[in-house]
Amino acid sequence: MGNEMRTTTPLLELREVTKQFVRSGLPVRALEGVSFSIYPGETLGLVGESGSGKTTIARTILRLTEPSTGHIFFAGRDITHLSQRALRPLRREMQLIFQDPYASLNPRMTVEAILAEPLIVHGIASRSARRERIAELLDLVGLAPEHARRYPHEFSGGQRQRIGIARALSVHPRLLIADEPVSALDVSIQAQVLNLLRTLQEKLGLTLLFIAHDLAVVRHISTRVAVMYLGALCEVAARDTLYGRPLHPYTQALLSAIPYPDPVRERGRRRIILSGDIPSRVAPPSGCRFHTRCPLAFARCASEEPALRSYADHQVACHWVQEHDGQPAPLLPG
Amino acid sequence: MSAVVAPTRHLLQRFLSHRLAVLSVVLLFCIVSIAIFAPWLTKIDPNAIDQLHWNGYPLAPGVAGHLLGTDESGRDLLARLMYGARVSLTVALGAVAMQIVIGTALGAVAGYYGGWVDYVIMRSVDVVLSIPLLPLLLVLTAIVADTSNKAALSFGTIILIIGLLSWPSVTRLVRADFLSLREKEYIEAARAIGCSDARIIIRHLLPNAIAPIIVQATLAVADVIITESTLSFLGFGIQPPTASWGNMLANAEANMPIAPWAAIFPGLCIFVTVLAVSYVGDGLRDAFDPHFNPENRPQSRGARAAFGRKVEPSAEVPT
Repeated sequence: MGNEMRTTTPLLELREVTKQFVRSGLPVRALEGVSFSIYPGETLGLVGESGSGKTTIARTILRLTEPSTGHIFFAGRDITHLSQRALRPLRREMQLIFQDPYASLNPRMTVEAILAEPLIVHGIASRSARRERIAELLDLVGLAPEHARRYPHEFSGGQRQRIGIARALSVHPRLLIADEPVSALDVSIQAQVLNLLRTLQEKLGLTLLFIAHDLAVVRHISTRVAVMYLGALCEVAARDTLYGRPLHPYTQALLSAIPYPDPVRERGRRRIILSGDIPSRVAPPSGCRFHTRCPLAFARCASEEPALRSYADHQVACHWVQEHDGQPAPLLPG
Repeated sequence: MSAVVAPTRHLLQRFLSHRLAVLSVVLLFCIVSIAIFAPWLTKIDPNAIDQLHWNGYPLAPGVAGHLLGTDESGRDLLARLMYGARVSLTVALGAVAMQIVIGTALGAVAGYYGGWVDYVIMRSVDVVLSIPLLPLLLVLTAIVADTSNKAALSFGTIILIIGLLSWPSVTRLVRADFLSLREKEYIEAARAIGCSDARIIIRHLLPNAIAPIIVQATLAVADVIITESTLSFLGFGIQPPTASWGNMLANAEANMPIAPWAAIFPGLCIFVTVLAVSYVGDGLRDAFDPHFNPENRPQSRGARAAFGRKVEPSAEVPT
């Protein structure tokens, strides 16, 4: 499925993007040569542990932080060095849904004002058209028109996230970046919001970058999945390929942590327990960043950084997989 | 959940629920009206000495048609209070408006942009704070007296000087607020939407920082009225015969034992005005705070301010 999409221009492309912060005098490598593309109409799920750089990617794409090196292309155009002013019309095309619906809505603004703001800023609609659009947006995300006059604190977490989604959709963006949009919500609400996102995506033909720390959530919504570890990509593949035949040992470990909903299969589930913690980003491991926790690590892993290589329908950054001609790492049974 | 109301009406409704604040607005409205319409409300010239009855001592209230008596020079106290209100209120409002506008603008820019902009602004804050008001006025008065034939500083100059020297406290307040507010996720959201810096400052940050600014402004009105009377008392402020509440209070001091009314009435005017302004500030702060529930309104800050207890503006920032 991936191949026919690849003939069109990607809507978003990251090329060798690195980001280095300085924290108390020490350089922190948040992103390490990240390259990937998102094609029109697809949903790319981006998965990684806390601190793996997922949110930094989202913020870098939107130029809320500046990448240290590398390039970002939006619809074929290099936007890496556009000035903030030149960027503003482009903000209409890519919108962000935030992780924390409690913090991302201005407490002094009514829902109406929150939803009207993008329209005002981009000079999209007249006053009366704005009112109509707001009612339409509220309906789209499953809220009632009378909610427009209320303040964010009068809503539950799930409702607030719906407001956040409505705000992001108000300007008809082509690319929607959802940064862990459900991880701050109750589990019972998560499914509702996920379903809403999926329905909206189908209805509006959105392209979605969906960031999560949980492979189970991503599976529900993605067409392709990218796995991140410590600022670098480990594996990128179409959803069913990645979940069906994961190659990278880290992906396998993550997948083995998802419980089966079937008790018989669940009893037979073999978990790969990784030893150790996620290493410091101030002094990341040499070579492959995963080698300190990888059960398959060998000499080359500590000295040489693996590149993201293509194997049929996969992209993997792993020396073991490379030396075994694209065979999956032998951690999972079968 | 409460009935659906428009935001501005919502604000008004909340404000109206604070009865003392509403009362204070009415009171301030009266005081301001009296000040504006003083020439039509009284036929007595505030600077005219009652040659007929004055015998060298202040006349008591009610004597010879002087409702509140006269001051030490035999001038009608009520008329002087009415005209004095014009002076005191203009100086207070003018200086506070200047202080708030300059202080907020600089504090907002310093807090929002940070870096060298912040550094430059905060160093100038330090410089201005280090200038003592009284010696400066002394020098300025000397210069003015030297270069023109006027003996004292004009009305406008006093507003200008108080305004130009009092903004640093507002700047510090606003900057501190902006420093923490700019890290909020909804500011990032505004940026992601494509809001300009000006729009983020005005639409997103200022409304969230408005409560302490209002508190500061009301306290400053009281402060300026008192500063003006101090200046007048020392002879650098509003010069007699022009009346201000401050210089009336100062001039009455010598005759306190025999004519307490000459001090009590201007003092009362200052007290009532300061109290009313503080209550209005209270009501506004509550109205602006979307989390505020009128049922558990704490002890009014207005009362504490007017009765002379120290009020920390920073402690009023709603969380």
